[in-house]
Amino acid sequence: MARRVSVVDVDLCVGCMMCVFACTRRFSEGGVSKSAIKVASIGGVERGFTVIVCRACSDPPCAASCPTDALKPRKGGGIIFDPAKCVGCGNCAKACPYGALMWDEHSGKPIVCTYCGYCVSYCPYGVIKLEEVKEVVVHAR
Amino acid sequence: MLASDPIYRVLYIDLSSKKYWVEDRKELFEKYIGGTGVAINLLREEVPRGADPLGPENAIVLAVGPFNAMYPMASKTVAMFKSPLTGNLGESHAGGRSAVAIRLAGYGAIVIKGASDIPVWVSVHGSKVHFRDARALWGVRSAHTVGRVLREVEGGHGYRTIMRIGRAGEKLVRYACVVVDTFRHFGRLGLGAVFGSKKLKALVVVGRGSIPVADKVGYRRVYDDLYKRIMGTPATKKYHELGTAENVLPLNELGALPTMNLKAARFERAEEISGERLAERYLGRRVSCAHCPVACIHLAVLREPYKNEPYFYKTTFVSYDYEPIYACGSMLGMGSTEGMLKVLDEVETYGLDAMSTGVALAWMTEAYERGLVTEKETIVRPVWGDYASYLKAIEYVVEQPNDFYAALAKGVEYASKVYGGTEFALAYGGNEMPGYHTGPAAHLGFALGTRHSHLDSAGYSYDQKMVGKRLSVEDAVAYLMEEERWRQVLTSLVICLFARGVYTPQVVVEAFKPLGWELSENDLKEIGKKIHLLKLRYKLDEGFSFDQLRFPKRIFETPSPHGMLDPLFMEQALKLYKSRVEEELKSLEAAQRW
Repeated sequence: MARRVSVVDVDLCVGCMMCVFACTRRFSEGGVSKSAIKVASIGGVERGFTVIVCRACSDPPCAASCPTDALKPRKGGGIIFDPAKCVGCGNCAKACPYGALMWDEHSGKPIVCTYCGYCVSYCPYGVIKLEEVKEVVVHAR
Repeated sequence: MLASDPIYRVLYIDLSSKKYWVEDRKELFEKYIGGTGVAINLLREEVPRGADPLGPENAIVLAVGPFNAMYPMASKTVAMFKSPLTGNLGESHAGGRSAVAIRLAGYGAIVIKGASDIPVWVSVHGSKVHFRDARALWGVRSAHTVGRVLREVEGGHGYRTIMRIGRAGEKLVRYACVVVDTFRHFGRLGLGAVFGSKKLKALVVVGRGSIPVADKVGYRRVYDDLYKRIMGTPATKKYHELGTAENVLPLNELGALPTMNLKAARFERAEEISGERLAERYLGRRVSCAHCPVACIHLAVLREPYKNEPYFYKTTFVSYDYEPIYACGSMLGMGSTEGMLKVLDEVETYGLDAMSTGVALAWMTEAYERGLVTEKETIVRPVWGDYASYLKAIEYVVEQPNDFYAALAKGVEYASKVYGGTEFALAYGGNEMPGYHTGPAAHLGFALGTRHSHLDSAGYSYDQKMVGKRLSVEDAVAYLMEEERWRQVLTSLVICLFARGVYTPQVVVEAFKPLGWELSENDLKEIGKKIHLLKLRYKLDEGFSFDQLRFPKRIFETPSPHGMLDPLFMEQALKLYKSRVEEELKSLEAAQRW
C-alpha cells in the first residue's frame, strides 16, 4: 500500500522545525534546502503554525500539469518524480494548492516528498505520522 | 574543517554609505569557533576605544557558530556591541529563528556599522542585501505592529528572522531590547537603543541553504545520539511543561526570590505569579526556537472585556519566563496574575528589557516611599502591586516627559546617582540585577561576569547546591571562573544554555568531528579561557575596574538561603578574582598569544 506523511493535529505543533531539518538530513546535510516539508507561522507564532507536506492526492494536479512526465501519479496515491525528465518549468509547484512542492533553487527543480517518513521520527509532539493513503474517489454523475 | 562551509563568511553592512560586502574570515573562526569568540574579536576590530555607544562608530555584531542549523538546541545568535546602558561590553543572546536564518543565509556573522540618515530596515535574502525606507514605520506605538507589517511585505516565510525595535529603541531608552520573531529578544544591555541610534528599525534575514559535512555517516550518528540525550534529560521535560516559570515557587520557598526591590526574598503572593498558576489558567501555546525540540517559550492568553461592548473581548498573547516574572512580578509586589501579564505585555509592546524595566520601577517605588522623589517626578503614584500605575510609568520611561523619567531611562544606577538611593539601586556594572538572591555566588557572578548576567557563570546554581554547607572564597571564585569559561565555548557554538547538560566537553568534541573540526577537550578549554580574557581585556580598555565594582548595600540587608551575606567574603572574592585575571592577562599578553 502507498504511504504518506499525514498531519495529525497541527495545533500540537510548536514550530521547532525538527521535521524540516530531518528531511534535508536524509542527504547528510545540515539545513533546509532539500526539505519537502515546511513549517511556518500563520501570521505570528501566537496564532500557531502550518505544516506543509505532500498529502499524496489520488488524482494529483501537480502530475497532471507536468509537460514532460517527470511527475507521475503513484499507484495508490501520490507522485513519483524522475528528475532526469524535469525541465524545471515550475507548473507543478503552481498546481499544488498547498504549496507542497518546494523549490530547489540549486537544481532548479521541485523537491518531491518520497513518503519515507524520516521526518516523522523526529517530531517530538506527534504532529505528523506515516499512514496508508486512503483513496479519494470523486463520484461521477 | 570544511572549506565549503559558509560559516567563515562575514557580511558587513554599512548604514552610512548603504553598502555591503562579504569577507572571508576563516582565520577568526578557526581560532575562536564562532558566536561569542568571533563576536568579541569583530567588536574589538570595529569599535574604536572610547566610542560613544550611541554614535555611528559603535557597531552591532551578530554571530552564529558551527553547530547552528547542524545540531538540535544550537539555536542562539550572539549579539555584541558597546552597551549604552553600561558604557562597556554589550552582549545579549537570542533564539527564535535568528541563528538558523543567519547560518542558512550563508554567514557566520553580520557586522552592522555606521548610521543611516533616515530610518531604514535592512533585509538580507541570501547573498542580496536591501536597504528599505522605514520612515513610515518610525514612531509606531507597538513593536507587534512592526512585526505584522514586515511579515506581510518581506518574503521568505518560514525561513526568516525578523528583528525589530519598538518605541523604546527609537527613544534610546538605554535598556531597550530588540524583539526577535515575536516573544524572543536580545533583551539585555540596550541593543535596541543601538539600533535606534543607527535609525535601524529592523533587520530581516532569510536563509534557506544547507551546510555540507565531512563525515556523512558520522553526522547522522552524532545527531541521533544528541537528539536521544536531549529527549531523555529531565531538563527538557521541565522547560517544556512549565517553562522557566517553574523556578518561581522553589526559589520563593528557598527565600531567594527578590521581592519589592529586595526588601524581602519571599513573596507572600508567589502562587499568583507561579509557573503552575500560569499554566493552569492562562497557558495558550508553547513555541520553540528553530531546531529545538524543547518548546520552552510559554504564551499566556489574556482575555479582557471591552468596556463599551458587552460579550466582546480583546485576546492578547503574552510571553512569560522566570526573569520577567521576577522583575515585573515579585520585585513590584505584583500579586495579580493578570496585572503582571499586562505589565509584561506593555514592556513587549514598547520593546523594553523586562528585567531592567522591572528593577527600575522597583527602585522608583522605594525611592518614592522614602520621599527621595515625589509625584512631581513620578507623575503616577507608585504603589507595590498597583499595575495600573506601573503601566503608565512604563509609557513615561519610553516617552520621557520630564527629567526624572529621562534619568530612569538611563538605568537605575544613573537615576540613583541623580536622585539618591544608590544603596537600594540593584544594578551591577550599570546592569539591573537578575532574579536570584540565592547567596554570595549569585551576586559575585553578577558583579564579576563579563556581561553582569546570571547566565555568565550561574552562581545561583552553585549557591543552591551549597545550601547548608560552608562556602569558601577560593572554591566560589574557582567555580565562577571555570563555569564562565566553559560557557564561552558553548556560546561560540552557539547552543542554548538549557542544553549545557547535554553538550559536555566530550560530546562537543565528538560533535565537531563530522563537521571536519578536530578539537580536543583541552583545545576547547584553552579557547574558552582566551575568549573570557579577551572580553575582560575589552572591558578593562573601556574603563571597567574591579576596584570600582559596587555591591548594592541592599543585598547585605535581606537574608538569603545562606543567611546574611558577608561583605568581607565578597571583598575577598573580588580581590582574588581580580588578581587571577590580572596574572593571566599578563602572561597571555607577554607571550602575545591572543
